[in-house]
Amino acid sequence: MTTYLLRRAASSVIILIGISILVFWMLHVISGAPGRAVLGLRAAQQAVDAWNKSHGFDRPLILQYLTYMNQLVHGNLGTSYKQTLSVNTILAEHAPVSAYLSGLGLFFAILIAFPVGIFQAVKRNTLGDNVITTAAFVTYSMPVFLLGLLLIQIFAITLNIFPPGAPAAVSQNSSVIGAIEDPRAMVLPVATLTFVSVAAYSRFMRSSALDALAQDYIKAARAKGLPERLVLMRHLVRNACLPMVTLIGLSIPALLAGNLITENVFNYPGLGIMFINALQNEDYPVLLAYTLMGGVLTVVGNYVADIALTVADPRIRLA
Amino acid sequence: MFREVETLPPVTSAPQVAEGGDVTVIQSGWRLGLRSFAQNRLAVVGLGLIVFFVFFCWTGPLFYHGNVSLSELSQANTAPVVGHPLGADVNGFDILGQLMVGGQASLEIGLLAAAIATIVGTLWGATAGLAGGIVDGVMMRIVDVVLSIPLLFVVLIVGAKWGSSILSLALIIGVFSWLVPARLVRGEVLTLRVRDFVAAARAAGSGRSRLVLRHLIPNALSVVVVNITFQVADAILLVAALGFLGFGLNFPVFDWGDMLAGGTNNLLNGYWWEVYPVGLCIVLTVMAMNLIGDALRDALDVRLRRR
Repeated sequence: MTTYLLRRAASSVIILIGISILVFWMLHVISGAPGRAVLGLRAAQQAVDAWNKSHGFDRPLILQYLTYMNQLVHGNLGTSYKQTLSVNTILAEHAPVSAYLSGLGLFFAILIAFPVGIFQAVKRNTLGDNVITTAAFVTYSMPVFLLGLLLIQIFAITLNIFPPGAPAAVSQNSSVIGAIEDPRAMVLPVATLTFVSVAAYSRFMRSSALDALAQDYIKAARAKGLPERLVLMRHLVRNACLPMVTLIGLSIPALLAGNLITENVFNYPGLGIMFINALQNEDYPVLLAYTLMGGVLTVVGNYVADIALTVADPRIRLA
Repeated sequence: MFREVETLPPVTSAPQVAEGGDVTVIQSGWRLGLRSFAQNRLAVVGLGLIVFFVFFCWTGPLFYHGNVSLSELSQANTAPVVGHPLGADVNGFDILGQLMVGGQASLEIGLLAAAIATIVGTLWGATAGLAGGIVDGVMMRIVDVVLSIPLLFVVLIVGAKWGSSILSLALIIGVFSWLVPARLVRGEVLTLRVRDFVAAARAAGSGRSRLVLRHLIPNALSVVVVNITFQVADAILLVAALGFLGFGLNFPVFDWGDMLAGGTNNLLNGYWWEVYPVGLCIVLTVMAMNLIGDALRDALDVRLRRR
């Protein structure tokens, strides 16, 4: 087990280094020498060159990468020349509200998708299963922003139950306290994220539970006369949930993308809004720092999922 | 997955009569697959939807001439009337006409991006799977690296910088989404290499090229074909998201996502026709591709078919 986890850790580190190379290379290709962006279009070419030279952007690429890596491992994500702020400050300002939104969305998605998938597998090919499958299929085929717009149309415009945008306190200063204090305004953004994930998770959960139902240990449990309720609770649920751990780890990029779009639909000022603003300002250090963060989150998330799976499933531990 | 095809004729792998044999009926796996695909009503619905949208987008403009390029502010935000069956948007462009023209861009980008991703991914995956060893290791780590980075982020950054035409946007999406087909093909090549029928073919005296061309590629192809449909669906969703966020195509070229971006601002004014018709077009197209993909997977994937 430890050798397995160590091997996985080693390959994760290699992938992380690969991500840093890719992101650094993209930053270099798109805005290799930011002197022009910093000093403005009217600055003299000599001044631009001098700035680039004094900040080390004229050195060989490999040296620039090593500097970049050195900063990275010390937790420095670079500088936003457009905002004259460190990227760390900008990310730290927006991260808590995003984490709150995405965390709630993921929490409710798991809470709903697990029982729904089990229900569908147990009652497969009944009316209930077919209705849920169809609903999940339609949601799965729907762009996230359209789902958000539909929810705004129904619950904010037509029924007027929930506000159509982010809590006001959040919009003004990105404070996570403001988001927590106004749960009504959080309902629609969280629901958007939840529905998107539920559609994907419940589909997977259903087929995972169907696989488990066909296994011999279920037959054995039934044959020894265990009540159906216990067969499901003890044998089916535990085993059907195992592959889901991996799926949740794998779905981190999709979660981040969903978060970006949802924030823009509801004007919820987290990392997603920050990303789009940076894109409009061509603030590449911020863009690539968040991209890097997404990649790191994905690798770390997958690794954590692997550890969780090893802990939960003795078959992996013994193998 | 969406609808399980349960009772199907048993799969008799086509008898490969080497020479001079009396070949009467060869039912290839592909033909069997095609038959079970046709029996899946939802798949036929999906195929019908795609055919409809292709006719709608490409032959529609020949019969229906909606104004999609000259802004007419007197017509701005008109509700559906006789002249504008689906109303007009904020610039006075006709929505029905925009649906047709915008659909061309959406479908072209989706198909082109999927084609690029599939070709690159198949070659990459097959090379890695056949080479094995350290080459395989390095090639697949590269796949892991790119796959770890959120696709939407990268496509937004690169697309905002360089992607303003149909071709460039399709190229950017394709270049960053070949990883899944690469993994699929590699996995398939690895398992196929050690399967009994390959050993049997080898024992029967097939050469290396015959093994690859007659046995490995046709069997790996079904996975690729199934994946293409999902790839098209994903690309259409991605390009719609780009348009919605305001980093899509440059006017006068536009896609369905761009139309939604404009309409969204007017949703609170109650101009529903600027959002829902185009939303429906995206959902139906993506759903149709997913339906076809699910049916193809049931029909072609031998392992699924046995279950």
